[in-house]
Amino acid sequence: MTPLLWLIALSVFLGCGGLALFLWAARSGQYEDMDGAAQRILFDDDRK
Amino acid sequence: MSGAALAEAPAGAARAASGTCAHCGGATAAGQRFCCTGCSAAFETIQQLGLGSYYRDVVRDTLARRLQPNAEPRTDLARHVRIAADGTHELTLAVDGLQCGACVWLIESVLARDPRVSAARVNMTTRRLKLSWHGTVEDAAALVGRIEQLGYRLVPFDPACLAAAQDRTGRELLRALAVAGFAAANVMLPAIAIWVGLFSDMGPATRALMHWVSAAIAMPAIVYAVRPFWRSAWGALRQGRTNMDVPISVGVTLVTGMSLVQTINHAEHAYFDGAVSLLFFLLIGRVLDHYARAHARAAAEQLIALQQTDVAVLEADGTVARRDAASVPPGARILVAPGERIGVDGEVVQGETMLDTALVTGESLPVSAAAGTRVFAGTLNLGAPITVRATATGGGTLLAECVRLMDAAEAKRGRFVMFADRVARRYAPVVHLAALLTFLGWWGLGGLGVADSLLIAAAVLIITCPCALALAVPAVQVIGTGQLFRRGVLVKSPTALERLAEADTVVFDKTGTLTDPALTLVSRHDPEALRLAATLAATSRHPLSRALAAAAGPVVPAEGVAEVVGAGLHCGEVRLGSAAFVGVEATATTPALYLARPGFPVERFDFAEALRPDSRETIAALRALGLEVQLLSGDREAAVAEAAARAGIETWRAGCSPVDKVAAIEALRAQGRRVLMVGDGLNDGPCLAAAHVSISPATAAEISQNAADVVFQGASLAPVADTIRTARRMRRLCQENIALSLAYNLLMVPVAVAGFVTPWLAALAMSTSSLLVIGNSFRLRRAP
Repeated sequence: MTPLLWLIALSVFLGCGGLALFLWAARSGQYEDMDGAAQRILFDDDRK
Repeated sequence: MSGAALAEAPAGAARAASGTCAHCGGATAAGQRFCCTGCSAAFETIQQLGLGSYYRDVVRDTLARRLQPNAEPRTDLARHVRIAADGTHELTLAVDGLQCGACVWLIESVLARDPRVSAARVNMTTRRLKLSWHGTVEDAAALVGRIEQLGYRLVPFDPACLAAAQDRTGRELLRALAVAGFAAANVMLPAIAIWVGLFSDMGPATRALMHWVSAAIAMPAIVYAVRPFWRSAWGALRQGRTNMDVPISVGVTLVTGMSLVQTINHAEHAYFDGAVSLLFFLLIGRVLDHYARAHARAAAEQLIALQQTDVAVLEADGTVARRDAASVPPGARILVAPGERIGVDGEVVQGETMLDTALVTGESLPVSAAAGTRVFAGTLNLGAPITVRATATGGGTLLAECVRLMDAAEAKRGRFVMFADRVARRYAPVVHLAALLTFLGWWGLGGLGVADSLLIAAAVLIITCPCALALAVPAVQVIGTGQLFRRGVLVKSPTALERLAEADTVVFDKTGTLTDPALTLVSRHDPEALRLAATLAATSRHPLSRALAAAAGPVVPAEGVAEVVGAGLHCGEVRLGSAAFVGVEATATTPALYLARPGFPVERFDFAEALRPDSRETIAALRALGLEVQLLSGDREAAVAEAAARAGIETWRAGCSPVDKVAAIEALRAQGRRVLMVGDGLNDGPCLAAAHVSISPATAAEISQNAADVVFQGASLAPVADTIRTARRMRRLCQENIALSLAYNLLMVPVAVAGFVTPWLAALAMSTSSLLVIGNSFRLRRAP
C-alpha cells in the first residue's frame, strides 16, 4: 500500500506542476497570438 | 478599383505590358520596377537596413490592403501614449496592410534597429503593434512614421478602450479549462485502477482509498470549473427561463454530491471521473466557441479603428494642428482638404464645394455646399478646401436621430432563443423528471435504500447530461465561423448564423452596398487622351483623380505636375480639372473632370457609381436560394430604378428616410417574414438593428458596422450569398448533431434506469457520443 500512496502523491504533484506551468503561460499572454507564433518560427531573428 | 472598371477602360493594352511593383506587388507601367516613388523609397530603406530577405519571404494576402507608402501620415499620437512609472512610453496601434509573417518580422526588425525602442511586438492574430520606447512622447511620430513609410498604416488605440477590451470571460474560461483538464487527466489514474479492480480482486479498502484520491482531485476542480455553467444557469432561471446550462449544472452538481456520499459510505461506485471529464469536454466547446468569436470581434474592431480619421483643427493663433475627431471641442474650426472625410458634425463657414454624402444619406450624387450648410461626420469632400465649425452632437442632428431609432428598433426586436436552448427547454424537464421517477421507482417500488436509489438516479442524470447536446452547436459554430473568417466574413453575434439560416427576404441598400463605394469612370475615351489624363491624375489624391487613374491602368506619373487645390492639375500646357480650371462652360450634372491639351478639343470624363462587379450574379444566387430580394434606398428614384434594373431586382423603393426604412422592415416583419438587411450607411443603422439579421460591408459607417451581425470585406458582394449557404449547412449539421445525441440518450436511458450503468460504462458512453458529434461537425469542412 505504501508505495502506492507515494506514487499517487507523486503523480498528482507532477500534474499540479503542469497545471501551474499552463496557468503561468496563459497569464503571461503566450496564448494571445497563436497565428503569430506559428509564423515567427519561419523567420530568422538577427537583431543584435 | 473594381475589375469591371479596369475592363471597361479602353486603355487595356497598357495593362498587358505591365509588371508588378517590387515593393507592394501592385501593377506597374511597362518597364517600371515600382508603381510609385513611395514604393521605390521604401524598397531602398529596407535594402539599406539589410532586411531585403523580406521580399523573398513575403506572401501577398489578397484580402489585405496593399502597401501604400505614399499615404499621408497621421500625427496626433501623443494623446494615446501611456507613460509607465519607469519612464517607458507605450503605444498600441492597429496595423493595416499586414500580409503575412514576413511583415511582422519586417516591422519588428525595423523598429528594433532604432536605439530608442525597448520593445516592439506585433500580435498577428489581433493585428496590433505594441510599441514601447525610452525618450519623449514626440518620438512616437518618428517611430510610427518609419513604419508608415514602408506602406503600412498605423492607427493608435485609445488606452481606455484597450482596458475595456480585456477579455475577462475568455481568460476565466481558459483557466477553468486548464483546471478541468488537469483533474480529468489525473482522476483517470485511480479511476482506471477502480475499473480494473471490478474484474480482478481489488479489496474494498483499496477501492475506498482510490475513491478518496479521486474525490481529492476532482472536488476542488469541479467547484472551480463549474462556475461558468452555474452562473449562466442561474441567470436563466432567475428570469424564469431555462437553457442548456441548467441540466448541465444540476447534473454535475448532483453527481458530484452523490459520489461524495458514496465515497463516505465506502460504496462500490463513484462518478468523479465522469463528472470531471464531462466538464472538460464542455469547456473545450465553450473555449473554442468563445475564441472564434472574440477573433472575429477583434477583427471588426480593427476595421472600425482604421476608419477613424483625425481632423485638422485651426487653432486661435492661426496654426493648424491635427487632432482626434473625438477630442475636438464644439466651436472649433476644422479645415477639410479635398478628398478628405469630414470628421465632425458641423456647419460650413467658409468655402464652396461638392460633398459626397453617400455614407450618411445614401445619396449617390454629390451635393453642393456653401457657407451655412450643415455637414455630418463621414461626408467626403470632393471639391475645394472648406472650413467647418464643429457643433456639439445635440438632439436635432441626423446622427442623434439614427441612434434613437436604432435603440427603439433594437428594443422591439425581441430576444432570439438559440436552437440549442430551445431544445434544452423541452429536454431539461424530461431529464429531471426521468431521474426523479427512477429514484422514486427504485426507492418506493423496488425496495432499495435511499442511497442506492439516488445513485441510480444520478446515473440517469450523467447519461442524459447533454454533453453531446451541448457540444452539438458550438462544434459546428467554431468550424463555420473559422471558415467564414478565412474568406473575410466576420461573424460578430453568437446567434447571427442561426438567424441568417432562417432569413427568407433580403433587403439591400443601394449606395455603397449594391454599388461600389468609390466612383468609376463611365464615359468612353480615346486611349491616348485617357493615358495622358491618367499621367496627371496619378499624382493626386483627389477621389476623381484616383478613379481616373484606376480606370486607365498603371501609368508612369508625369513629372512636374502642379496641383491647384480644389481646381485641378496642370503640367505644362496640359490641364486637368474642373470646367472653370480649363476654361470651358460646365456641361455635366454628374461629377466630371475636363482635360485641355493643345491641338485638341476639351475632353470630358464622367464619373458615376458602378454596381459591385458581381451584384447581378449574387442577386440571382440569392433567388436560387429561395430568398426574395428588395431594394430600399434613400437616393433619387431615377438612380434607384436604374440600379435595380441592372442588378435584376424587381421590388424597389426610392427616397426613403431612415424612418421610412425602419417602417418598411417592420411591415415585412408584420407579414411574418424574416428579413436580412444588407446596408452600409449611417441612415441604414436603424434598419440593420430592426431586421431579423443584418450584414454590412467593411466600408460601412461605424454606427452601421456596430449594428450589423456580420461584416464582410472586399469589393465583391458574393460573401452575402456565401454566408447564407454556410449558415444553412451549419443549421443542418446542428440538427443532425442534436438528433444523434438524442438518439444516443434514448438508447442509454433505459439501461441507466434499469441500474446497469457503472462508472466506466458512463464514461465510455459519454465520450463516444461527444466524439460522434464532433466528427459529424467536421463534415462542414468538406466542399458542399
